[in-house]
Amino acid sequence: MMMPPESGPGFLKREAVPVLVFVLLALVPVAATFGAESYLLSLVTRVMIFAIAALSLDLILGYGALVSFGHAAFLGLGGYAVGILSAHGQTDALVQLPLALAVSALFALITGALSLRTKGVYFIMITLAFGQMAFFLAVSLAAYGGDDGMTLPGRSRLFGLDLIKNDRAFYFAVLALLLASYLLCRSIVVSRFGRVIRGARENPQRMAAIGFPLFRYQLAGYVIAGTLCGLAGFLLANQAEFVSPAYMTWQRSGELIVMVVLGGLGTLHGAIIGAAAFLLLEEWLSGFTEHWKMIFGPFLVLVVLFARGGLMGAIRRIGGGGHG
Amino acid sequence: MSMTLLYVQTLNGLQLGVLLFLIAAGLTLVFGVMDFINLAHGVQYMIGAYLAAMFTAMTGNFFLGLALALPSALAFGLLLEFLIFRHLYDRDHLDQVLATFGIILFLNQAVKVVWGAAPLSVPIPDALSGSIRLMDGLLYPVYRLAIIGSGLAIAVLLGILVSRTRIGMLVRAGASNAPMVSALGVDIGKLFMVVFGFGAMLAGFAGAMVAPILSVEPGMGDNLLILTFVVIVIGGIGSVRGAFIAAILVGLVDTLGRVFGPMLLRALMDPSAASQAGRALAPMLTYILMAAILFFRPAGLFPAKK
Repeated sequence: MMMPPESGPGFLKREAVPVLVFVLLALVPVAATFGAESYLLSLVTRVMIFAIAALSLDLILGYGALVSFGHAAFLGLGGYAVGILSAHGQTDALVQLPLALAVSALFALITGALSLRTKGVYFIMITLAFGQMAFFLAVSLAAYGGDDGMTLPGRSRLFGLDLIKNDRAFYFAVLALLLASYLLCRSIVVSRFGRVIRGARENPQRMAAIGFPLFRYQLAGYVIAGTLCGLAGFLLANQAEFVSPAYMTWQRSGELIVMVVLGGLGTLHGAIIGAAAFLLLEEWLSGFTEHWKMIFGPFLVLVVLFARGGLMGAIRRIGGGGHG
Repeated sequence: MSMTLLYVQTLNGLQLGVLLFLIAAGLTLVFGVMDFINLAHGVQYMIGAYLAAMFTAMTGNFFLGLALALPSALAFGLLLEFLIFRHLYDRDHLDQVLATFGIILFLNQAVKVVWGAAPLSVPIPDALSGSIRLMDGLLYPVYRLAIIGSGLAIAVLLGILVSRTRIGMLVRAGASNAPMVSALGVDIGKLFMVVFGFGAMLAGFAGAMVAPILSVEPGMGDNLLILTFVVIVIGGIGSVRGAFIAAILVGLVDTLGRVFGPMLLRALMDPSAASQAGRALAPMLTYILMAAILFFRPAGLFPAKK
């Protein structure tokens, strides 16, 4: 499990993986100057945006054991907040971002309050159903492109300035937000609040018996996760300069779960590694063949059957066991 | 026009409901007996449609094609069970979701490789082509009536099978308490294999039956799968009776909601706002229904586990 960050000689050893991940991400723009700059920057920017989404899902899936199968809805909500405001001439991130987060939080609050009444398979199904509702709502928005989606006039502006128009500037903005999200999630996980959520995963009856109102804790966790994923949606719309209902298909929700599990549940940096592994594998395999899903599907089955704990589990095993 | 339209749309809703039931029946039992969440059930429906299309093209006769497609769909389901599902029973739901998601990715792509990306079409068999006059001004395609009829017949047979036979008794017992059934000396693994194979065949049958009226294409099972989940969750996991009632309910609400929802709204607000709101609301109606039912009955209408 995650330990609270502290300084000392053991710090670097213990934190080697997350530190390495962020150092590598910071070095990508340097490497990109040697060739294929815009391709590499946009690919890794996309990786980092999905890493934020996966991170937010890990918070409830990995630490709370809440298998939300409608998480992509928040990507869409964040994205459509940008798209719809832009269509009405409001392109400033100072307006767009708060609205994207507020809409995501509100949707999470309403759907979470209903979903968390159910457990197990029913929870998976009802979150799936709410995800589909959001999807169909987007499809029906004929004024905003309906099925086809809509192209944005450009990236969001900040104080009326084109601060993130440049790909490199946008890259660092996303990197900073990813780091902030990661640190926020870590502090949540080790807080008293995070411990209650984790306790509810291990033994809900006991936690309730001690006197914790679990429903409220889990709902708060669900809202935090949804809001954070709304941020990822905001960034994704800016990166692609395009939003469409495809943001929130149930397959996309499934992919987010795959990223979290691929990296290793309940490790946070595992979610970042999982997002990177998923998207880079997709990019790499689709370079060989358009039928890359025929390779990826069985790979997924094999990971489930034989590699428990995902990539982080494998790293831990190679690293000689103990706490990661 | 409105009464005729109502009848036609009710029949359409019934047809969708029957299809949903054919897919949901196997899924709810697999769910109920083994607590196994199988996302790949939708691709069984797709495989059924492709097999029917292939065998119909080969033999030149839809009924012969159907007769060949059913055992093939059964064999395919059993093969999947043997290769993959069998190893997932005692895993948690998350592992099951992931592995079956992987199977969907693989098979949706595999049918493209085998049969091409372009949709296939299957001609409606001559014996069932044309329309029949049900009443004044009400013509309805014979083939669609045949789908409704065969679906209802299977529902009745399945009902008898589950409530009157020994294997049905074991299935019901398994759905309400699997460990106890196993402790009493029943080979629960074999029971599950039978249920799974049978469910795969029913889903394949549904796919084969719609092949002549829908285009047979990759991913055709995906969206229907989600509706099927809505059905089994509303009906209560593990209950065939619940699945039947919920399937008809969802089929009718979905079909009638899309047609009459905007009409009703038009009576309440101005036309352009109504058609906009109607387009948005109609596809969401089923999910609102599900959320409402789960709010009052968190385990569905007829839960098998008490």
